[in-house]
Amino acid sequence: MARLNTPVMLKINDITVGYGAITAVKGLTLEVREGEIVSLIGSNGAGKSTTLRTVSGLLKPKTGSIEFLGERIDGVAGHDVVAKGICHSPEGRRIFPKMTVDENLDLGAFLRKDAAAVKESRERVLELFPRLRERINQKAGTMSGGEQQMLAVGRALMGDPKLLVLDEPSMGLAPVLVDLIFETIETIRKSGVTILLVEQNALAALRIADYAYVLESGHLKLEGDGSKLADDPAIAQAYLGG
Amino acid sequence: MSNTSTAAHHAASNNRKWAIGFTIAVLTVFIINQFILPSAPKQVVEFFNAWFSLTSMAEIMVWILMALGLNVIVGYAGLLDLGYVAFWALGGYVAGWLMSPFLSQFQINFFGNPRPGLEMGIHFSFFFVLILGGVFTAIWGIIIGGPTLRLKSDYLALVTLGFGEIIPQFMVNGGDVAGLNLTNGAQGIGGLDDIKFLGYTIGTFSLPEKFLMISMLAGAMIFFSIRLRDGRLGRAWLAIREDELAASMMGVPLWRTKFASYAIGAVGGGIGGVAFATLVGGVYADRFNFVISIIILSMVVLGGMGNVWGVVVGATVLAWVNSVGLVQFGVVINNALGTKINFPSYQFLLFGLLLVLMMLFRREGFIPEARIRMVMNEEKLEDEEKITDETKIASH
Repeated sequence: MARLNTPVMLKINDITVGYGAITAVKGLTLEVREGEIVSLIGSNGAGKSTTLRTVSGLLKPKTGSIEFLGERIDGVAGHDVVAKGICHSPEGRRIFPKMTVDENLDLGAFLRKDAAAVKESRERVLELFPRLRERINQKAGTMSGGEQQMLAVGRALMGDPKLLVLDEPSMGLAPVLVDLIFETIETIRKSGVTILLVEQNALAALRIADYAYVLESGHLKLEGDGSKLADDPAIAQAYLGG
Repeated sequence: MSNTSTAAHHAASNNRKWAIGFTIAVLTVFIINQFILPSAPKQVVEFFNAWFSLTSMAEIMVWILMALGLNVIVGYAGLLDLGYVAFWALGGYVAGWLMSPFLSQFQINFFGNPRPGLEMGIHFSFFFVLILGGVFTAIWGIIIGGPTLRLKSDYLALVTLGFGEIIPQFMVNGGDVAGLNLTNGAQGIGGLDDIKFLGYTIGTFSLPEKFLMISMLAGAMIFFSIRLRDGRLGRAWLAIREDELAASMMGVPLWRTKFASYAIGAVGGGIGGVAFATLVGGVYADRFNFVISIIILSMVVLGGMGNVWGVVVGATVLAWVNSVGLVQFGVVINNALGTKINFPSYQFLLFGLLLVLMMLFRREGFIPEARIRMVMNEEKLEDEEKITDETKIASH
């Protein structure tokens, strides 16, 4: 798939991010256009999660800027980023284990005031993940890993995002479930939500991506159309296990 | 959906049961003391005064007020506060300043009820002082919470510990603040006004009415605690307590939400302080010490952090043991064994032992919040379930 010709939604402009003395991301520039799936791949410690956390306002870049729909969002507090329409399904899922599925979804819509619209979102999420409807009153912590991942994505969708940020949604899941998750990501995109995806499962992430960026030790190493990168022998050797 | 509504229904009916129980308990104590004891045989009166003295019953209600306030901070938001006594002291001094002849440079009477001959000073209506006491402590909650809530929880505990020492020390030494007598030092402020309610004066010796009045305050506090927990703010606190980072990703403003718990929790201490000051007729700086903070914290932990009724039970039991229980058990045991053990002096040995035992055998408290109990009991099931679920989805 190739890059769409739509307006730029998210623009990361030459950011450098670090924790204390350690620099995790150096001079990264990338953009996500409306309606796209953009994948960010790389090995462990390449700076993928740091990049996402910076977008979500959990970290502040030392230099550079981040623009969302033409507005600067670098250094804006985490909850204000959510209010602007960026919702995050975090690495390791981080659902609220002691709350029910229903309460988890409810918290995803924490900032939304329109009860009718929230109910509509809830219905859409439960259609997308019928398993969640079956488990609606179960404590989230007692569900399987796959179900928890569905909940994490569903909870992020409850915020009615313009941009959905998915951090390692396939991590630790059985292959059958991985396929299901990637199918769902495409379904979500079709419903009009732009997606920024971070994955270690590089091949699957490249195949569904319109455009992809490859990170290595905090630097941007490569970028290009998802399908082209998926066929690139150099990529295959470095990230796709030969 | 139907399951959700039955769960909510169950919680509501559970609350109703407890609320009825609380009301009956309060009315029973009131009726016994107001109508039965005055004409009861001497032995009966002595028994009640020894084991269930009305003063101790009224004090229990004050402890409930404060424990529920601290529960908002510790139980709901999961922030450790080791200096809650400061809010009690601040509330008490608001009553001291605004309901007594102490600030004699003023002469203000706003629906107040000064005692004859003590008309100088400021005399506000008790209910007005309750509100002002709550607002004043909330402001202090904001002053303390503002800079400290950005700290990690261990540091927050240390700062609150310091705060709990500083405020009472200030009250002890506040007899001369640049020439101004602000707190009357260690002597404290006495001669507080009687409560006036619907034109009826609840005097120094009308203890049953005072008890009823403070019980109503405790009832109101219980009601607001439950409403608060079930509301939007309650959900935000719960989310922060479970996973701060995830809560932030859902759009919960972390600092502001913690801040709200600190300010709202402080109000319980303030109202408790005003209530206690009117109960004993004064405020005395030496009563506000670190031990009080620990006792209130024990009430919250023992009862079941976050569970309103659990905290009410925890406060009732500990306050009773503290004020009369230990003394009376000591008398009974000493008489039976012919010993001379000073039981009240072992109070903290008992508290420490109780806390250690709780942490070992029943961490979730006497009456834990349903959520915590469920998760603790489900832990064993979890693994089995996970395996079957994974296969179910795979075949799906």
